[in-house]
Amino acid sequence: MKLQDFIVKEAICPELTAVDRDGAIREMVVALSGAGALPAASVDEVVAALIKREQNGSTGFGKGVAVPHAKHPKVQKMAGAVGRSVAGIDFAALDHQPVYSIFLLLSPENQPQQHLQAMNIVFSNLQKDMFRRFLRQCPTREAIVELLDEADASR
Amino acid sequence: MQVGDLKMATASRETKICNALGLHARPSMQFVDVANQFSSQITVHSGGEEPGKADGKSVMQMIILAATQGTPLRIEADGDDAEQAVAKLVELVEGKFGEE
Repeated sequence: MKLQDFIVKEAICPELTAVDRDGAIREMVVALSGAGALPAASVDEVVAALIKREQNGSTGFGKGVAVPHAKHPKVQKMAGAVGRSVAGIDFAALDHQPVYSIFLLLSPENQPQQHLQAMNIVFSNLQKDMFRRFLRQCPTREAIVELLDEADASR
Repeated sequence: MQVGDLKMATASRETKICNALGLHARPSMQFVDVANQFSSQITVHSGGEEPGKADGKSVMQMIILAATQGTPLRIEADGDDAEQAVAKLVELVEGKFGEE
């Protein structure tokens, strides 16, 4: 599996306007919905599911990245968005540091293997210092798309 | 102190992922939380089609294992509390992380 198999390019947000966790989650889910990955009517429910998941334990696993994720019956096909915050967002991360890069992942129900594969590829890249550093420096959607393509090509 | 006292204790057990959803984010965090209760170094080897190895105290590395239900695991510990650590971690995995 590759990042470009599920990251929706139109849902890449190179400059999140949100300044807090819940706002960033909403902004990215709206972007996914706008790109056709989720019906607009399901946005509120999905945002609520993602926030609930964060409240049960932050997906900010450290190093300035967070990976909010949820399963939802209205999601037909796994879809991911990428968000970048220049100022940093408080995600209640494990290392108590702000989050600058967010990978948000929506999965259909009953596809646990696909979900694990997607998390594998996302975290394999986020573990790399260079990938995280470049992502923080990507000012445009095109630059992020190029970075993701390069990451896919190097696997 | 005898020479034998300086030797690090090691322990290792084979188990497998029992819960339906596999080693997703929450179980990975639970595993790391339990692993961090021990001073021993913890290493997890996963078998199956794509074998992997993770530091049992790193959430990201544990998630990268992408271990699905049925995946064999070998949990290794090095340190003074190696035996207790491995026993507790196997119990967590086989208890399905509190899931189905």
